[in-house]
Amino acid sequence: MSVPEDLKYTKSHEWARIESGVATLGITDHAQDELGDVVFVELPEQGATFEAGDSFGTVESVKAVSDLYTPVGGEVTEVNSALEDAPEKINEDPYGEGWIVKLNSSGEGDFLSAAEYEKLLEEEG
Amino acid sequence: MAASAGLRRTPLYEEHKAAGAKLVDFAGWEMPVQYEGIRAEHEAVRNRAGLFDVSHMGEAVFRGPDAEKAVQRLVTRDVSRLEIGQAGYAAVCYPSGGTVDDVLVYRREDDLLVVINAANREKDLRHFRENITDLDVEVADESDEWALLALQGPQAQEIFQNFTDADLSTLKYYRFLDRRDADVPVIISRTGYTGEDGFEVFLRPDDAPEAWRLLVGAGATPVGLGARDTLRLEAGMCLYGNELDAETTPLEAGISFAVHLDKDEEFIGQEALREEKEKGLRKKLVGFEVEGRGIARHEYPVVSDGEPVGVVTSGTMSPTLNKAIGLALVEPGVEDGFEVMIRDRPVAARAVTPPFYKRNKR
Repeated sequence: MSVPEDLKYTKSHEWARIESGVATLGITDHAQDELGDVVFVELPEQGATFEAGDSFGTVESVKAVSDLYTPVGGEVTEVNSALEDAPEKINEDPYGEGWIVKLNSSGEGDFLSAAEYEKLLEEEG
Repeated sequence: MAASAGLRRTPLYEEHKAAGAKLVDFAGWEMPVQYEGIRAEHEAVRNRAGLFDVSHMGEAVFRGPDAEKAVQRLVTRDVSRLEIGQAGYAAVCYPSGGTVDDVLVYRREDDLLVVINAANREKDLRHFRENITDLDVEVADESDEWALLALQGPQAQEIFQNFTDADLSTLKYYRFLDRRDADVPVIISRTGYTGEDGFEVFLRPDDAPEAWRLLVGAGATPVGLGARDTLRLEAGMCLYGNELDAETTPLEAGISFAVHLDKDEEFIGQEALREEKEKGLRKKLVGFEVEGRGIARHEYPVVSDGEPVGVVTSGTMSPTLNKAIGLALVEPGVEDGFEVMIRDRPVAARAVTPPFYKRNKR
């Protein structure tokens, strides 16, 4: 499973890319592989605000529904509306075209580093 | 999520592992939920041929002078109408009319084979034996003596014909060939749970791995339980534990074609079902398509004008139709349209008569 070095991770298998006050969130390669074919994504409204730990949407595969949790607080500045018609982008490119939301955020949060996340995956084995 | 210890394994466990299957606990069995992916496997069955390991299913054999009488008492179908070499779908009911299991009854030359759901094996065997103590019949649990493969899809016959001298083109739907005396003992049944043409093949456990490898080598795609569920749901078929349970009668679940209320031999639950038929159904299974955004899932509430009127029994994104489809048990009177509560939000659903998918018959 791919775990890019430059991203931050959560125990619930989201990733975050924090750049100049904007946090881009998605689910990890491991999460998409566990879910299987993603067939539906419920996105938040632009302008909605969340606190760290809140659920901001859901991802559904054929078999399962999975809540999405944000590791940072902030206001939604952009959602990846391409996922509404092409949710499979989450399977195909979880760290790229499969991104889910962008939050306006200070970037403060409770994260795992890539190394810590890899360790978590090994433990969950 | 690794499956835990203590689970039963079919004779094909090593094949599944070698094929990279994702294994899960299903009714106490360590079973493949998917290999490549549910969508790809689903499409393989609809367009070509898929191979399923359903060896976890149970086999109960009724032998003795009263074998037919016993099965007549236990199932809703009139099995006296089955010819040797014919199989029939039936329900097993409690005296209340609620459902113990849904089964296939195979009439063989000397006995009746009843194929039962894995999750219900112990319960069924107990129910069978308890209710026929006055009859001269033996009920054998042969579940561990058989592996069961399902080869399903438009290319199933072409693929399977390579491995048998029987002329499969003459084997009709719901008929079977009993070849237990062949070098490789086998029962070949033209049945399935996908809405496609295909076969279910009973084999001795030792013969199953080679048969699996040969069929895969001949072009069949391994398919897991995930796609088995989406395929059967598109075909509008019931799953015990979803559409059928102890609180739901076969009439309510829409399988009255398997209930012969007029049969000579009284069956358990017959009175209750007759009464329900006369007085009207308390609830009714309906098919639906979600009209708004979202996917309805098992146990999501169904509402009409803000009032609870039922529950979703099965729901998924249909890989063939690319629409969210489902089955629901609802109160009479709301069958035409209702709303499904998807995460506390009512979403409109449009009634659709199942099956959602019907194959083009050749």
